[in-house]
Amino acid sequence: MRYRYFPGCTLKGQAKSMEDTTLAAAKAMGIELEELSEWQCCGAVYPLYEDELISLLSPVRTLAAAEGEPLVSLCAACHHVLKRAQELMQRNEDARKKVTDHLEVEYAGEGRVLHFLEVLRDDLGFDKLKEMVKKPLEGKKVAAYYGCLLLRPSKVMQFDDPENPTIMEDMIRALGAEVVKSPYRTECCGAYLSVTEEGVAADTVQRILDSARRAGAEILVTACPLCRYNLENCADNEGKTPIKVYYFSEILAEAMGLPSESAQDRGTKEEVPQG
Amino acid sequence: MTTETGKSRLIEDMKMHSGQDPNGCYQCGKCSAACPVSAALDLKPHQVLRYLQMGLENELAESKTPWVCASCFTCAARCPRDIDLARVMEGLRLSILRNRGGNKFGPAELTPEQLEKLPQQALVSGFRKYNK
Ligand code: SF4
Ligand code: SF4
Repeated sequence: MRYRYFPGCTLKGQAKSMEDTTLAAAKAMGIELEELSEWQCCGAVYPLYEDELISLLSPVRTLAAAEGEPLVSLCAACHHVLKRAQELMQRNEDARKKVTDHLEVEYAGEGRVLHFLEVLRDDLGFDKLKEMVKKPLEGKKVAAYYGCLLLRPSKVMQFDDPENPTIMEDMIRALGAEVVKSPYRTECCGAYLSVTEEGVAADTVQRILDSARRAGAEILVTACPLCRYNLENCADNEGKTPIKVYYFSEILAEAMGLPSESAQDRGTKEEVPQG
Repeated sequence: MTTETGKSRLIEDMKMHSGQDPNGCYQCGKCSAACPVSAALDLKPHQVLRYLQMGLENELAESKTPWVCASCFTCAARCPRDIDLARVMEGLRLSILRNRGGNKFGPAELTPEQLEKLPQQALVSGFRKYNK
C-alpha cells in the first residue's frame, strides 16, 4: 500500500510525535507514506466565505501535487481543509478555474483524500491490524476524543457517523485496550479560543475531561494537535483523577511494540520499585 | 452603512458571501442548544438569525458572538432548515472586518509562553479568523 503524504506544519513542530509514531507504525504495517517533495501550510482553517479564494491556493496546490494518487494526512485540521478544498473544486467550476489558473496547475477534484485512520479502517482493515499488534494494550481504559474537524460537515467529510462515530473505538479495540465511551467525545474543545477567549475554552475542555472521567477513562486519544493542547492546558484538574492525552498514533505505535510517549509513560510507571 | 436600496451593506455582504438565507430560519433554537459556547454568547445563534431577519446591523456588529464562535459546525449539523450557521458566523466576521475595518487580534497580543507552547495550527487559525 502506497500513499502520498502531507504532514502539515504542526507535525514538524509541536506535534512531531504524531508524525514519528505514525511513520514508524506505518512502516511496520507495510504502509508506505511518501512525503510530498514540496508543500506549504494548509491554512489551518477552511475558508467559509465563498470569495476567499486566496486561502484555497495552498490546499489546492497540495491536492494537485498528489498527481491523482491517494493523499494521506494525520492532523485533523489539515485533513479537514484538504477534503473540503477538494469538494469545492469538484462542485464549483468558477472557483476551480480561478484557483487552478492562478496556480497554473490542472486539478478538477480527483484522487482520494484520506485521513490515516481511514487507511487503517478501509484499506488495511481493523481485523488485519489486530493480527499485527505485538503488545496488546490490555487493561488500559481508553476513550476516543473526535472533536469537530474529522466529523463535520459530514456530507463533505464522509469520515464516519457524525453523531455516533466508531472508527477510533474500533482502532482502540483492535489494539487490545478497553474502550470507554464518553458522551462529550464529539463536542468542540474550543479550538483557537484558547488563544483569544481562554475562559471559554477552559469551560469546553473541563466538560470533555470530566465526562471522560465519569465514564472511567484513563487515556484520551485524539488526532488533532490543537485539541491535545487545549485538553492538556486549558482545564483545572487539581484533585481530580489524572487523564493522559495522546495522539491516536502513539497508542498505535505502543501496541506495535514501537517507541512512543505513551509506552514511555507506561514503562516508567511499571518500573517504579514497589514498597 | 447601507446599499443604494437602503439595506444593510454588512448583512447583504454576509448573505452573498456565505450563501445563506437567514429568512429560512424558523427560530426552533436547536442551534443554540447544540452550541458548546452558548453560555458565553451575548446573542445566541438563533438570536443572530433573528437579528439578521430584522436587519439589525449595529447590534450584530457590536455583538461578541461572531468572535466567540469556535467554528465547530455543530449548529449547522443540527439545523433542521439546513442553514449553515458556521458560514453565517464567518460571514459576519468577514463583513465586519471588511466594512468596518480593524483587526481583532494580532501577534503582539500573544505572551512569550503562548508563543512557545501553542501548536502552529492554533496561531494560523487564530490569525485567519480574526484578521483581514
Ligand atoms: S437550528 Fe436552524 S431553524 Fe432552528 S433556530 Fe437555529 S438556524 Fe433557525
Ligand atoms: S459553529 Fe459557532 S455558533 Fe455554531 S455551534 Fe459551533 S461555536 Fe456555536
